[in-house]
Amino acid sequence: MLKHLHSLNRKAAVNGLIATALTIALVFIGSRNLQNFDPALIGYLAGTVFAVFGVTYRYSVWIQRPATQLYWKRSLQFLFSKSFITYSLLGLKLVFQNLLIQKFIFKRGTTRWIGHMLFAMGCLLGFAITLPLTFGWIHFEFKPGDTMNYYAHFFGFEMGGFELGSLMAFMAFHGLVFAAIMVTAGVVMIIRRRLTDGGLIATQTFEFDWIPLFLLLGIALTGIGIAFDYTYLQGRTYQFMAIFHAMTVILFLLYLPYGKFFHIFQRLAQLGAILYRTEGQKRGMAICPHTKEPFASQLHIDDLKQVSRDMGFDFTLEDGSNYLDLSPEGKRSTLAKAHMKVREEGGGFFG
Amino acid sequence: MPDNTSGEPMEFFIDMQRCIGCNACEMACAECETNGQESMIHIHYVDRPFSVQTTVQVCMHCEEPACANVCPADAITLGADGIVHTAKTSHCIGCSNCVLACPFGVPKKSDTKELMMKCNMCYDRTSVGKKPMCATVCPSQALYFGTRTEIAEKRPNSIPVNHFGFGNENVKTKVNIMMPKGYSFLKVK
Repeated sequence: MLKHLHSLNRKAAVNGLIATALTIALVFIGSRNLQNFDPALIGYLAGTVFAVFGVTYRYSVWIQRPATQLYWKRSLQFLFSKSFITYSLLGLKLVFQNLLIQKFIFKRGTTRWIGHMLFAMGCLLGFAITLPLTFGWIHFEFKPGDTMNYYAHFFGFEMGGFELGSLMAFMAFHGLVFAAIMVTAGVVMIIRRRLTDGGLIATQTFEFDWIPLFLLLGIALTGIGIAFDYTYLQGRTYQFMAIFHAMTVILFLLYLPYGKFFHIFQRLAQLGAILYRTEGQKRGMAICPHTKEPFASQLHIDDLKQVSRDMGFDFTLEDGSNYLDLSPEGKRSTLAKAHMKVREEGGGFFG
Repeated sequence: MPDNTSGEPMEFFIDMQRCIGCNACEMACAECETNGQESMIHIHYVDRPFSVQTTVQVCMHCEEPACANVCPADAITLGADGIVHTAKTSHCIGCSNCVLACPFGVPKKSDTKELMMKCNMCYDRTSVGKKPMCATVCPSQALYFGTRTEIAEKRPNSIPVNHFGFGNENVKTKVNIMMPKGYSFLKVK
């Protein structure tokens, strides 16, 4: 046990513990010293607290890698520069374009985009409803003498009410059902793709590509099952649905930091990469010594030389220049010329 | 991936001096299902103002891939069978580090898709013992996929080499380049 503790990344573990402590503190504050906390949700809370630690730990380890650290540092450096307003506006545009409507996935395929959007938005809606409920931040109650209106409280403060049986009440009580339907539809679309696309069939793995889909489907179907049960079956299958639902959600939360779902948190780096590219182009482009054409920003090439050195690669040439100064086409041509030279020396172009 | 008949491992052999620039490999590459119908092979003139020489380049599948090492998103993985896989679509952030760090100039990046893609030796085919698309159509056998015995018979004066030098960096690859006998290393620059 102690041996494993020594192998922990200390900085990441500290960050993880701070994030965990903050979450627990916010649970106490938001639920008014657990007064509004629902004990039935303790399993979900434990899973969420573990996920907070795991995600923070892995994220902290991840951004310590030389290539990731560079983008992290550069993104913050460029954002908080004299171009702050320009880059903040660009950042907002990118949040909408890349994180909310996920335009880049649309360019990769329409069906894929529809499927991904359905379960991404379903998950987002699900989290937006369940996390505040699990933390005890939101609770609903009647006022004395009024059993017709339900009042929502956030962090203990009344936020407004709605009449039971109204459209608003229907939407509020069925929010998770809508989310589950979206997730189910999206997952089915993606499963169909994974079963029919030859390329995906060859490269997919059970633990990375299928487990996330099974988890989402399990959560969504048992979630719908709970609503179906209390609406049409008078609660006869409630125990089964509720326990199975809790199991799938907790498994999802435990898997969150380690598996495919971690890309949700990594995606933010895409915004940093675009910001980096924009600033780099502004500062000037690198010209390939072979093609004499610009191919990347000089900033990028210089940074990459450092990152590749940090990773143990030394592309320094005898004359002190660097092989990475060549564009991809320049590198391919250089290889072909070196090969031709050897063939010439060998006395024949074809062997 | 062993040959079905002899049990000898099948390997990829490139001889860019045999490339005639017909682009058949490019068309065939787009048929590979792992690429999503996009051609990943590179074929172009080496130095057009001075020569009509063309060159062809597939991923060399390095033992220690620079592309995977400089990837900030852990998107590129090296399989147990030595295949360096194209970027995971869920992870790739489209930063182009891999495109610029690869010493063979292989990965391609799509700006609209924010995604790097590269040759993965037609994994849908080679993982089940079939030849990669490009090697099945190359008329001059600049791209050849077969056993070492077969290539030795076809190129009696050549030898497969998979060690390359780029400045101070030595790179060992899964894919071989055919060189005159007596060579075991290609110093690129």
